[in-house]
This record gives sequence, structure tokens and C-alpha cells, in this order.
Amino acid sequence: MRPGLLLAVGRPLAVPRPVGPGGSLRAGEGPPPTAIDLETVSVWYGKVQAIHNVGMQIPERRITALIGPSGCGKSTLIRCLNRLNDLIEGIRIEGHIRLHGQDIHDPTLDVIELRKRVGMVFQKSNPFPKSIYENAAYGLRVNGEHRRAVLDQVIEQSLRRAALWEEVKDRLHTNALRLSGGQQQRLCIARAIAVEPEVLLLDEPCSALDPIATAKIEELLYSLKERYTIVIVTHNMQQAARVSDDTGFLLMGELIEFGATDTLFTTPQDARTEAYITGRFG
Amino acid sequence: MTPARPARPGRRPRRFDRIPIWFTGSLLGIALLMIVGLLGLIMARGLGTFWPWPLWEVSVADGTRYLGLVHRTELIPQPAERSESPARRTLYRIGNRDVYGLDFVWVDDAQITHRTRPTEAVVLERLEWGPFYGFVQSVRTPIQAVQDDPARRWETLRRELPPARRRARAIRYIERRVVGNINTAMERHRLALRRLELRHALANPLGQAQQRRHEAAIADLNARYARVAADLRAKRQEDAQSRAVFASIDGHVIDLPMSAIVRVYRPNRLSVPGRVGVYLDRLREFVFDPPREANSEGGVAPAIFGTVMMTLLMSLVVVPLGILAALYLHEYARQGWLVSSVRIAVNNLAGVPSIVFGVFGLGFFCYFLGGTIDHLWFPERLPTPTFGGGGILWASLTLALLTVPVVIVATEEALAAVPNGLREASLACGATKFQTIWRVVLPSAVPGVLTGTILAMARGAGEVAPLMITGVVKLAPDLPIDQVAPFLHLERKFMHLGFHIYDVGFQSPNVEASKAMVYMTTLLLLGVVVCLNLAAMQIRGRLRAKLGGGDV
Repeated sequence: MRPGLLLAVGRPLAVPRPVGPGGSLRAGEGPPPTAIDLETVSVWYGKVQAIHNVGMQIPERRITALIGPSGCGKSTLIRCLNRLNDLIEGIRIEGHIRLHGQDIHDPTLDVIELRKRVGMVFQKSNPFPKSIYENAAYGLRVNGEHRRAVLDQVIEQSLRRAALWEEVKDRLHTNALRLSGGQQQRLCIARAIAVEPEVLLLDEPCSALDPIATAKIEELLYSLKERYTIVIVTHNMQQAARVSDDTGFLLMGELIEFGATDTLFTTPQDARTEAYITGRFG
Repeated sequence: MTPARPARPGRRPRRFDRIPIWFTGSLLGIALLMIVGLLGLIMARGLGTFWPWPLWEVSVADGTRYLGLVHRTELIPQPAERSESPARRTLYRIGNRDVYGLDFVWVDDAQITHRTRPTEAVVLERLEWGPFYGFVQSVRTPIQAVQDDPARRWETLRRELPPARRRARAIRYIERRVVGNINTAMERHRLALRRLELRHALANPLGQAQQRRHEAAIADLNARYARVAADLRAKRQEDAQSRAVFASIDGHVIDLPMSAIVRVYRPNRLSVPGRVGVYLDRLREFVFDPPREANSEGGVAPAIFGTVMMTLLMSLVVVPLGILAALYLHEYARQGWLVSSVRIAVNNLAGVPSIVFGVFGLGFFCYFLGGTIDHLWFPERLPTPTFGGGGILWASLTLALLTVPVVIVATEEALAAVPNGLREASLACGATKFQTIWRVVLPSAVPGVLTGTILAMARGAGEVAPLMITGVVKLAPDLPIDQVAPFLHLERKFMHLGFHIYDVGFQSPNVEASKAMVYMTTLLLLGVVVCLNLAAMQIRGRLRAKLGGGDV
């Protein structure tokens, strides 16, 4: 068992109620430490360049939103952060991505270990066709954890953090595919945070959900940033404005602007950002 | 049918859009009709086989009398210039092959002067020479001899049959089990001696001691065999004293021990429940008993057993093989021209004539692999092959090769149907590629894999040509599983329903008599395939329910 897990078990389960949408930003606390540092990152699919020289510092324990029109490279960029793009044939990534100072493309770094530290939730909710319990336990099981008591405890904790516990605690052993869409997406979040990652990546997690389920997930994100660095891709600007602390605007694979969310949305520096957020294209 | 729709203004009614429906629908109808027709023909010809039809006594104008069953009738082919109304003739099965030589005779219906159903006529099914149609003449036991009154003769015969059957079973038990065990033990010692000889161990004192021990054991077994043989002789003599005498319609007499009677009944006196009883008993014999009389009588139990066992063995080999190959092709291999050509090659493999697989199986499995095994582990039995000839293992492996493309293609399709999101989700949780495949991808693909297995089993169970040269025989004395250690004899030859159909239908000395057996065997083979498929479909249905949101 990893030492981190022991710590995780020892943590208090209660999570403070999130501040409602549009709540205050943590202004005036000084610059937060950087969790992920991107330096001149470029990505090619074969001969097509999808990302051009992106550099940004994603701060720790805050929500960073990536916005931009469809096909601008948001998903490509976020999938670089846990090296999920490695699976795609013919892809080439240049530049440096550092997680807490460590280059994630370092050959001595185990990609499996990296993915345990950087969890991910996808656009389409994708629970495994197994029970709710087994879904939440998956990350621990592939890690070699088989002790029932530990699994029970971690599963309860992650389902509580994902605000799903009260709805499913009586039917943990029913098939996860019977849950509603919003519940499935929260289950995917629970599955991702069960292994105690440092960073949580969300790739348009609400695009297939109705407004109520979306609101629930947004509240949840707000509570989760107490513990995790969160990077969320969204093409919904209202959502970015509601939940995120920092926002990056991508266009045609280039990072046009990156800064605190309220600054970016009220006084954008670049004309293209302004055009996009006022709805003139995209 | 459908009410005519009023033509809409400004648009011509579409007159031709029903044509494709009729066309496709009628083609499907033709296909269904052919299947139903085939099944109906098989059932109509097959299911009547075991019914105790009445025995007819027929007198012909020239004075000859026949006693037999109506087999079929037909119009007599006539020269074209004659314009009389066509005459019919009837094929009677008159049995009594040992007396007449032929057991069928054509009788012109016009020649028949007299046709009755004698109430005392009996059908006698016996161990040898096929059925006998005639009358009970006398019954003789060590205590009494009955020949006066037909009713008493019949009663005595019915009463004496069960003990005779018990005696026969006891004799068979000694012949097969007791003597068989002695023979097996002797063979083991003989092989041990041969092994010593091959190792040149007879020169040293240790080897000589072993040799003496084996020789003593063989002498001991010989003595035991002599005792058993004497016992057997006595039992046979006692059994031969209970006899029954039957007479044919034209006065030929046969005298046989009662233990040689399989079944005897008076079809013309049977009530409907009695007929149903005889029918069910013959059906039971067909399904559960071994064959008699060059497979034209008795049952097909060893063939059913061989078919099912071979199909299961084949599935056991082909499923892991197919899954592993498909996993590599779909999950691990870099998709490129090489993998594409491998895929094409696999698909083409499914089109290779099955006899070619048979020849390959004979050459590679039987002669090369089996021969090597014989040389390494069974040198003392040579030149008699152990694994070096056809056997159920080699036949199953050959069929596994034949059906592996089916499983590979089905598995690959099932793997392709697993959403990529599941793979990514698993990897994003920190699972390795193998964990992802083992815990997420493969469980989701299992229903598709089972579909492939069902197809492979259906194909394998119906295949005959490659089996004929890799281990199927027309009559296998022993099943591949029995109570002699090591219980599972994968090197043994076996019987198979498909080959049985070919053998009985086309290699039998008495084609007319065994034709009905062919239909029944076909029906049974179809039944076996349907059962195997239903079992696999049941499993697949449960797994689907589990994967698709049912309870886990």
C-alpha cells in the first residue's frame, strides 16, 4: 500500500459546503504555487500541428478552465497532461510539461505512476459495466489493494466527496449503467479521486448533462479544489466564468490569453478573446 | 389487405415501393420453406422408424406367402405404348435375412390374392441377423418345454425373457469388465517387460528381479483367467439351455437362446399404449445403446458421446487460441499493412476446404506430433501406435484449426465494439494495458466471443471430412472416457454422428434397411448442435444482462 493512501484514509470526510456559483475569488493571497508548468508545448498529429508553442503555469489547488471554439486543441492539450495522447499513433509532442517540477516525459518516470497522480474525467461518462462499488474501487484494485476494509472506507470517502454517497449507498452492488447520466458522471469523478491524485483533469464533463446535473457537478468542483488541482476543458463560457479561478483561451492551437478568470472575462487583453467571449464567433 | 390510399394531389402514387418488400420477403420465405421442408422430411422419414407397424400376411397368385411390413409402394414403370391404368407394387420387408438371404421383396399389388394381419405374428429383434418375422413355435427352459397352446407359449416367453436378459448381462459383464481388466493388467506387465528389454536392463540383477516379478504376475493373471474362463463356460452352457423356437410363414424354423432376443412383440395385437411403449423403448435404445449389426440397428450412444466430447474439446482449444490471437491483432499490434494482411490471411483460412485441414491434421498432429510422443513416451508399444494414429485429441485439434478464424473474426469485432472511452478511463485510473484488457475490455467482449464460439461449435459439430482421416471410425469398442485409469483416453478413436450418417447411409451392406436410421441420426445430430448452441446462448444472454445494467 502506498503511504499516500494511509494519509487519505486518515483525512476528515466532511467537506465544507462550497461557496455558490459566482463566489469570490481568492484575491490578494499572493501568487499560488505552480502545479503544472507547460513550456513551449507543441503537438503534431502526423503532419498537422494541433498545438503551437503553448506555455502556461497551472496553479495548485485552483480551478483552471480552458476555453475556446471546437477544434481549437483544448482536449489535445489536456490529454497531454496525463500522457493519454501516447495511445494515438503518429502523435508527436515537443516542449516540456512539468508536474511539480518533474518532467512527465522523463524516461525514468513511469507513465502508470503519472496517471495515478493525474486523474481524468471524460466528456462522455464512461463507467465500467460493473457495480458502483467496483467502479469506485477500480483504481485501488489495479493498484493491488484487496483489503475489504480499506476498499470500503476509501469508496465511501470518494463517493461522499463526489456527492454521490447519499444517492447510492443502499445499492452499491447494482450495475453502474443503471445510474442517471449525472450520477454516472459523478461516479466517474469518484473513481478518479479514489486513488488520491494530485491533479484532476476534466474534459467537458457537463456537455452531455442537463442544467441541474451540471449545477451539481459545478458545486462539486468547487468543493474539490480544496484538495486537488483541477483543470477543466469547457466550451461553455458561463461555466468557465462560474467555476474557474484562472482561464486560458485557446484558438487554432495557440494560447491567446491566460489569466485570472474575472480579469479575462471583464478586461480581455486580446481582441480575439474579446470577440470570442462576447459571442462574435465560436 | 391494406385499404387503398387516396392519391395525393400533385403527386403520383408510388406504385413500385412495394416491390422490394415483396421481393425480399418472398426470398426469405423460400429460404424458410426449404429449412422447414428439410426438417419436415427428416422428421417424417425418421420418426416413424420405431413405430411397431402391423405385420401383413400376403398370398400371391403363384402360391407363395410372405409375412412382412409394408416398406413403400410405387407405380410400376411401364413402356410408353401401353395405355392401361398403371399398376402399383409394394416393397415388403420380410426380414429373416438368415433364412431368405434378402430381407425385402417386391410384390405386384395385382398378383395378391389374399392379405391378412395374423394376430399371432411376432416381430423378433435379435442380436444377430436383423429382425425375424414369424410365429412362436415352442419355448424351452431347463424346467419345462411349452409348445401346445399359443397363449401359453407367449406367456412363458414373456416370463422367461427378463431372467435371460439378466444372465446375458452377467456374461457380458464378465467378458468385458473382468476379462478386460485381466487383459489390461497383462498388457501392462508385458509392456513393462518390453520396456526393460528396450533399456537393456535384463542383463543386471535388478532388471532380472523385475523381470521375474512381472513374469510371476503374468502367470498369476493367466491362472486367474483360466478360472474366469471356466466360470464363463459354465454360465454360457446354463444360458444356452433356455431357448425359443420360431417359425417363419413358410415353415423355416430358427432355434435361438433367449438371451439373444433383444425384443419380441406381436404388432397386430398391440393396443395403442402398447405400441407407444414399444416406440419409446426403441427410441430409448437408439439414444442410449451402442449399435449392432454393422450400425444398422441398435443405438448411436457412442456417436453422440463422441460428437459432444469432440466439440467440447475443440471449443476448449479454439476459444483461448482465438481470443489470444484476436487480442494481439486488435489491442497490441501496430495497425499497418502487415496486420491487415494477417487479417486477410485469417479470413481466407476459413475458406480452405476442410479435407485439406484433415490432411494437415493427419500429417502434423497424428504422424509428426503423435509419432514423436510415441517414440519418447511409449516406445515399448511400437510398432502399434498409441498417439501416432488418429484419435479424438488430434481430431479436435484439427477442427480447432478449422474453426479458429471464426473465433478470431468474432472476437475482433467484439473488441472493436468496446467503447474506447472505457479503455481510456481504465488507463487514466493508472491501470496498465494488460489490466485494462483483462479487467475491462475482455469482460465487455465476452458476449461477442461467445457468439464466435457458437458459430465455431456449430461448424465443428457438423464437419465430417477432416475427421474421417484423423480419428473417426465406424465402430469404436471403447469410449474416450471410461473407468480404466487414466480414465481420459484422448488417443482413442471415436464415433461421430456425422460420420455415422455417411457410414450407415452409404457404406452399409443393407442400405434399404438402414435408411431410416440415417434420418434419425441426422435428426439427432441437429438436436445435439441445437442443444450445444442453446447452452452457449443461455450463457451469453446472462452475461449480456449483467453487462447491460442487470444485477451484478
